Amino acid sequence: MTETFTRIELLRRGAAAGIVISVPSTLLAACGGDDEAAATTEAAKKQLAKTLRFSNWTLYIDVDEKTKKHPTLEQFKQKTGTKVAYYEDINSNASYFGKIQRPLSQGQSIDRDIIVLTDNTRFPGLLIDKGWAEKLDKSAIPNIVNLEDALKHPSFDSNREYSLPWQSYLTGIATNLKLTGGKPVTTIDQLLEDPKLKGKVTLLTEMADTMALVMQANGDDPTKVDDATWKRAHDRIKTAVDSGQVRQFTGNDYTGPLAKGDLVACISWSGDVVQLTADNPNLVWNVPDTGGDIATDNMLIPKGGDVYTASTYMNFVYDPKIAAQIAAYVNYVTPVKGTKEEAAKLDPKLATNPLIFPDEETLSKVKIFDSKAAGNQDYLEQWQALIGA
Amino acid sequence: VSWLHRHRGAVPYLLLAPGLAWLAVFFVVPLGFLAYQSLESGSFEVGYRFTWEWSNYRDAISGYNEQLMRSLVYAGLATLIALVVSYPLAYWIAFRGGRWKNLLLLAIIAPFFVTYLIRTLAWQTILADNGWVVGVLRFLHVLDADGRLLATSTAVVAGITYNFLPFMALPLYVALEAIDPRLIEAAEDLYASRVQAFLRVTLRLSLPGVFAGTLLTFIPAAGDFINAQLLGTPRQHMIGNVIQSKFLELIDYPAAAALSFVLMAAILLGVFAYARALGTERLTG
Repeated sequence: MTETFTRIELLRRGAAAGIVISVPSTLLAACGGDDEAAATTEAAKKQLAKTLRFSNWTLYIDVDEKTKKHPTLEQFKQKTGTKVAYYEDINSNASYFGKIQRPLSQGQSIDRDIIVLTDNTRFPGLLIDKGWAEKLDKSAIPNIVNLEDALKHPSFDSNREYSLPWQSYLTGIATNLKLTGGKPVTTIDQLLEDPKLKGKVTLLTEMADTMALVMQANGDDPTKVDDATWKRAHDRIKTAVDSGQVRQFTGNDYTGPLAKGDLVACISWSGDVVQLTADNPNLVWNVPDTGGDIATDNMLIPKGGDVYTASTYMNFVYDPKIAAQIAAYVNYVTPVKGTKEEAAKLDPKLATNPLIFPDEETLSKVKIFDSKAAGNQDYLEQWQALIGA
Repeated sequence: VSWLHRHRGAVPYLLLAPGLAWLAVFFVVPLGFLAYQSLESGSFEVGYRFTWEWSNYRDAISGYNEQLMRSLVYAGLATLIALVVSYPLAYWIAFRGGRWKNLLLLAIIAPFFVTYLIRTLAWQTILADNGWVVGVLRFLHVLDADGRLLATSTAVVAGITYNFLPFMALPLYVALEAIDPRLIEAAEDLYASRVQAFLRVTLRLSLPGVFAGTLLTFIPAAGDFINAQLLGTPRQHMIGNVIQSKFLELIDYPAAAALSFVLMAAILLGVFAYARALGTERLTG
């Protein structure tokens, strides 16, 4: 992608909006940014940093229920001496990217070594094209051979120079059975039109995930979106919003209201709900009858991040033994080969869990959203108007 | 010192300088950039260029007049409710508070010791569908059996009112506290009934507080987006939500900047009309 504005323009632009939106953070960034960036570029040598700063989505790594610690992160510390500062501060691709693009566009570090963005949005591609991602140090990632073949050549990073999958996830429908008399909601028709669910339903702010499900319910193909299929799905959601059927659009934050019973059903991510069932057995998750959606979240190193330390960590999680521990907890589809065998050693039931190791039947029911449509400015604007207005 | 003596006229300006510099750096200059941005065209991917794109304004007004109107209505309602709630409160503290005055004032600002976000999130719990507030209202048939408060306009207006109440109560208190009670006594000596004395003396003398309080409440409330985000649905979204998503999620700076100016113009017009109606002379002089 061509960088059309000059440095001066960029600074000016950045200064203008930066001051308006958030004076304190801009000032802080301006004060601390330069040293930080210089220091981390220096550290691009083969030396591990004291701390790895890792931003991820909520409910997306193993947790020990008793100690509230993350066992795999503890193991990483034992093995390498590097502590992981783990931040669950990503709730939506768009708003996270919106937050980090300002400092990155001004050449400032965002104080993160790894961030996680989804491949069915334009953001991983944007980060790379704008030059805001560091190349992986593949010499530190011998375990990269364990990457699933299907994920080796994504369109936004065809040779995995900049990114590695964290987990893949399925999008479907979660139901609080307590409020439906034990019957799960399994169709988009019910979700968007059943008067019994009015005002008790949320959809995801992630355009691709929500659209993929609604398009399939319309009998359209989400892997090849055109204006007509887009409009059909858009208008159907709009009708449901205008009638008050849809209560809100959410990121991971549907989990609280769903568990509390403010929501009867919502479009949601597979693993989240499985994790919640531990505390709340009334919650279930299903692939909709008309079909679900699969996408992959990718680890990236933002400019100014510590490449060697981040790469070392990526290598660590691409060890099937570690991947199995994470998968066992998060219940998402693991991108690491050999995990199934390791999982079987931990718990034979784990290895047959179709959410972690989807069988042919599950995979045949989920689709990948059209990547061109995911970056279409016109669609994005219509979508934003739909969820924000 | 001798320089100051010779240039005595410069002293007020020197004293004003820090304030003016602050205004210039943090208000006038960014506002200028924002105005410049609002006339740009392009996209985040290819970059934005200045092209006198006045259509940004047309699009802002035609595309989002619904949210704009809603913001003004919600902010107006919240301001009105805050005034009705705060006035007796401030009155009571000012005239009857006695030695508890400071403690009571502290109680008004106590919620400010908790961050804005957490305070608003707490309302999610208070108004939850299975919470006791909704339960009681259902029992009293104020709400239907499947009625709710959360994710309605009521919740959003309630949230805004709650969050901005101290901005109303404190100026009211200051204005009421400054009233010389002997004036009220004099009015009563002159055969004014208590109601007449209140309307002709207390209320009028407290108008500067009412004016300041309404402005301090209405202006930030009109631009608020947190309450609509957390307590409303997309149908309750205000202009602040649109600006936030344009700025941070779509990264469409020109549209966001144009919307910000439209909001500012709407507020300025409203405040101007309000000041005219109340009579600024009397309020500020």
